[in-house]
Amino acid sequence: MPKDSEQVLTWKIAGIAGGGQQVAGLIFAKACARGGLYTFDSSEYPSLIRGEFVTYRLSISTSPVSAIYQPNQLLIALTKEAYEYCLSDVVPGGAILYDSDKFKVEAKNVRGRKVFPLPLKTLSESAGVKPIAANILAIGATTALLKYDPDIVKRTLQEVFSAKGQEVVAMNLKAFDFGYHYAQKEFDPAAFPFTLTPAKKRGSQILVTANDTVALGAVAAGCQFFVAYPMTPSSSILHNMMNWADETGMLVFQPEDEIAGIHMAIGGMFAGVRTMTATSGGGFALMNEALSLTAVTENPLVLVESQRPGPATGLPTWTEQGDLAYVSRAGHGEFPRVILAPGDASEAFPLTGLAFNLAEKYQIPVILLLDKYISEAHESIAPITQKFTVDRGARLTDAQLTKIKEYKRYLHTTSGISPRAVPGQLNGIFLANSDEHDERGYTIEGFQGPERVRQVDKRFRKVSRIHAELPKPMLIGPKKAALTFIGWGSTKGPMLEALKELKNVNYLHVSAPWPISEKVMKTAVSGARKLVAIENNATGQFAELLRGATGIKVDDVFLKYDGAHFFPHEIIAKAKKLG
Amino acid sequence: MAIQKDFLTDIKPTWCPGCGNFGMWTALAQAYVSLGLEPHQVFMSFDIGCCGNGANWHNVYGFHSLHGRALPVATAVKFANHDLTVVAIAGDGGGLGEGGNHFLHASRRNVNMTFIIHNNERYSLTTGQTSPTTKPGQKTKTALSGAIDEPLNALQLALTAGATFVARGYSDEVTHLKALYEKAIAHPGFAVVEVIQPCVIFFDDENIRERYKPKLHKLEDEKWSPNDRQAAYVRSGDWENIAIGVFYQEQRPTYESHMPQLATTSLLKQKPKQDISRLMKQFQ
Ligand SMILES: Cc1ncc(C[n+]2csc(CCOP(=O)(O)OP(=O)(O)O)c2C)c(N)n1
Ligand code: SF4
Repeated sequence: MPKDSEQVLTWKIAGIAGGGQQVAGLIFAKACARGGLYTFDSSEYPSLIRGEFVTYRLSISTSPVSAIYQPNQLLIALTKEAYEYCLSDVVPGGAILYDSDKFKVEAKNVRGRKVFPLPLKTLSESAGVKPIAANILAIGATTALLKYDPDIVKRTLQEVFSAKGQEVVAMNLKAFDFGYHYAQKEFDPAAFPFTLTPAKKRGSQILVTANDTVALGAVAAGCQFFVAYPMTPSSSILHNMMNWADETGMLVFQPEDEIAGIHMAIGGMFAGVRTMTATSGGGFALMNEALSLTAVTENPLVLVESQRPGPATGLPTWTEQGDLAYVSRAGHGEFPRVILAPGDASEAFPLTGLAFNLAEKYQIPVILLLDKYISEAHESIAPITQKFTVDRGARLTDAQLTKIKEYKRYLHTTSGISPRAVPGQLNGIFLANSDEHDERGYTIEGFQGPERVRQVDKRFRKVSRIHAELPKPMLIGPKKAALTFIGWGSTKGPMLEALKELKNVNYLHVSAPWPISEKVMKTAVSGARKLVAIENNATGQFAELLRGATGIKVDDVFLKYDGAHFFPHEIIAKAKKLG
Repeated sequence: MAIQKDFLTDIKPTWCPGCGNFGMWTALAQAYVSLGLEPHQVFMSFDIGCCGNGANWHNVYGFHSLHGRALPVATAVKFANHDLTVVAIAGDGGGLGEGGNHFLHASRRNVNMTFIIHNNERYSLTTGQTSPTTKPGQKTKTALSGAIDEPLNALQLALTAGATFVARGYSDEVTHLKALYEKAIAHPGFAVVEVIQPCVIFFDDENIRERYKPKLHKLEDEKWSPNDRQAAYVRSGDWENIAIGVFYQEQRPTYESHMPQLATTSLLKQKPKQDISRLMKQFQ
């Protein structure tokens, strides 16, 4: 393991979209995981299928790593543009392997970084492999330079490609070997200061994104119907669900648009089947009227919104936490809703289970708010073993319904929760009505002010109970610190990494940013000496909501909105400046 | 056995006296009875409009959706519980304007449900503005010199988009309409029934019914055979010599029948498979 940059080694491959770097990178990540190492990856790419600049980074460590690091020890530059763009991130003493069939770098040493030519086309040709295997050749060279165990990588290649047949496996193994031996011979790995050593203890690991764990969470929560219109960065949830449909028995459906999508999610839940939909900000905007429909009909809804930078189409394949304020207020009229914002893939799983339970128990919309960063970054975690306790809320059985003289779906209760019937049940007929309605669901129009007030109050009465079920803000780091960062969602990962280096600093992680409880938040921040909001947006949205709901005013904000997530070293530098 | 009254709630309809919606309401309740359905076996989703206000006096499981959004809710309810008889209701505004995209896609999808379009050629609930089916030249509040656009023809749209049952009725011909509804509901696939529905308030022609009478012809009397999509397209496009009846019917496997998930019982009756251990293998 490298000495500087503490325990983390970061590897990066940069080239042209469609070149398969992401696939190759993920294989290398899996090979690290098989060696008992922990990884976190991140891809940068434009909204194109082919031809533009893309990067794949992988941070590797002997202990869990929860963010991508910017400084890297080893860069594979497949184009001149990639080389120029990525050069400055390579640490002194690090190495750059560049595709010398594509461009030339004269120097052997650029500002303390070793530069090695790797003529991928020539090497592929002499290895007798297809050009597509060039990335695997580069993985071979990487493995040699980092002095990693080649057998582990080869076993990984075999497992990953076995489904594609022996020929593909053989070709990739050949490419790997060729790259490995070439680097052994030409690059003098022993002189390269960075080494990747497999861990002694190797527990089994999975490499998952938050989208993956949301999808797994939905299955584990008993979701039977998933409906979503494709939109980056939420689409991989749809793809997972589709791929698993035979196994899970889930009905997975691509509707004509997001408006249909959310109404189908509503219809599925109305009919008594756990249903979920997923989208990004633009699709969510189309769903807003229906969000308000779930509220008046008190129909459960579980919706995933994975944010990307707006306004409008914005930066479709980049990241931002720009929709929190919007999601907390979206939809016309006033009604309660819950926003859960997992900080990483591990947290996304239990929060998805919670989302279903809260939605059905309180008959409200629950939004899982992710962003591109965690939706697409693979994190190595232990296989998930948690099983959910499913709470379907107040659902009337046929027997209970037959005992009720006149069933009222919107019965006024002290909790605000009225027991549900589902279509098909004898004696449970009701109208779910987008118009304001009476206890049976029938329209009240005009001259019935008191009933209107009773219905609004009934819906809001649920909130105090909801607060009690939301995860409390989590204080990470020392109990007492000179500086307390407060954040939500995906800032958690880079914060955790930064805390490894920072002493007098802690982090208050909020995974349920809405609704905000004054009591809970005042307790949570009571020990903070200097409170700084860290958010991946331009205006400090959570800080603003917090102030509005509780009067708590943060002392400072640390914001980033260039399309990228936070890097640990940025937080460290900021903390040093503030502290 | 349910009787007609069982399909009506105790809420008094707020439709204007003489509104065509009354005939449609009666015909539908009668059709449910003839089909031997019980109220709890029926799910109806309603658009917003005068037509949609009927949600309050149909005694079935109901969902009074947003404007334009009766179909996606109906589709999902059918997916979740295909044991239910599913009927969606919309006006020409909600069905062809606000919800036009859903109509096209529902037609090509062929989910087993019925879509009833109350065609009164106006946005009636919002006091009579131009709708997608308003005839050119017709003056309305939002077409002061007469409507300009070509009107949409619901049935021609349904036919081109792939609907497997396409029919038209007239709200005053209750017995004929009841028979149409029965056939539509019994049809295994997406059944579209457009109903000419006089609006006594916003049709500025007080004698609208008198004017319709001589123009309406039953397809049965023409010995129509409903198996030629192109002939149906031409005949349903004639607004001078207006035909009512079943223009087209085709047997095509429903969307649900392609779904192995629905092959045995409804999703509602299935126990979800919550075990993720096998799914995790791909991430190793
Ligand atoms: C999103 C939205 N836009 C507009 C309206 C107002 N609105 C209510 S009903 C309606 C049109 C009604 O016409 P139609 O669908 O033909 O039904 P009808 O009243 O004629 O039965 C409109 C525009 C609304 N409720 N929601
Ligand atoms: S306004 Fe027209 S459509 Fe609406 S209830 Fe009155 S007559 Fe019927």
